[in-house]
Amino acid sequence: MTTFVMPFDYVLGLADDALVLGHRLSEWCGHAPLLEEELALANIGLDLIGQARALYDHAGALEGKGRDQDTLAYRRDAPAWRNLLLVEQPNGDFAVTIARQFLYSAYAAPFWRAMTASPDANLAGIAASAANETAYHRRHASEWLVRLGDGTAESRRRAQAAIDLLWPYTGEMFAVDGTVTALVADGIAADPAALRAGWDETVAAVLAEATLVRPADGWMQSGGRRGQHSEHLGYILAELQFLQRAYPGGQW
Amino acid sequence: MTEPMTPLWEVFIRAKAGLAHRHVGSLHAADAEMALQAARDVYTRRGEGVSLWVVPSVAITASDPGDEAALFEPAASKPYRHPTFYPVPKEVGDM
Repeated sequence: MTTFVMPFDYVLGLADDALVLGHRLSEWCGHAPLLEEELALANIGLDLIGQARALYDHAGALEGKGRDQDTLAYRRDAPAWRNLLLVEQPNGDFAVTIARQFLYSAYAAPFWRAMTASPDANLAGIAASAANETAYHRRHASEWLVRLGDGTAESRRRAQAAIDLLWPYTGEMFAVDGTVTALVADGIAADPAALRAGWDETVAAVLAEATLVRPADGWMQSGGRRGQHSEHLGYILAELQFLQRAYPGGQW
Repeated sequence: MTEPMTPLWEVFIRAKAGLAHRHVGSLHAADAEMALQAARDVYTRRGEGVSLWVVPSVAITASDPGDEAALFEPAASKPYRHPTFYPVPKEVGDM
């Protein structure tokens, strides 16, 4: 049996997606519009942070330089982060948060389902729980998007504005670089191109029910996977990393 | 408190297969599907159940606390209705 070694960068990108989006959701803590939604957003954020922890541990082991999850999360500057630009976009209003969660989890749920077949047993194990978690995230965000879009004139206006705002960040989920192409060819990683049709279908169905218009596929933002981020990531890291930067190795 | 956009729902959880759903609390939600999701997020975060019911609180007809004496007092004087006066054969085990 061949043993597969996943590239560190690939797993790191998945971990960074989960942590950055989880951190964004944690920013809603104490600010959500309903008590029920406060708990829901925190739950989803915790799911993602849990995925990130497992993925960082795995990435650290693959790298073999002794970096654990805390080192990877707290001791890297923005250019070393590999997350999608979509997940670092600010929360905006509730519609933007829901739209961002919907666009991401409509991709992440089938992605993790596909990754359960990865020959990397660790990654397949993480994928198994992440697939269930992100399937719920997709359901939660879909139901909200339908009610915002097909709600009042104001909620519809905000939901459409949120989709329009985030649309240019959706192409990056399906972009492939040399690493991904090689992994897909070897059957180690899910093929982003193969996930595209399912994502299109989910998005079309939910937007239709929400009476929202799918924006045209124009120029797409990219660069997150190469460490070229929007200004927003720096602010996230400033808050996320402050304690470990100020008190290196501090425990509690 | 009236909240026309997010009425009150009662939440019931079945802890495991074979048990009855038990009332665990209430929440506010716009409609049944959202209530179900909110119930999942508010009440099943620690593995509390395998099945959820949500019921609009307005669908519940409750007895009047003022009728307590008339409704429930009469049962207090009828201890013979409890199966405590019968020896249970050992072979029956726990009942």
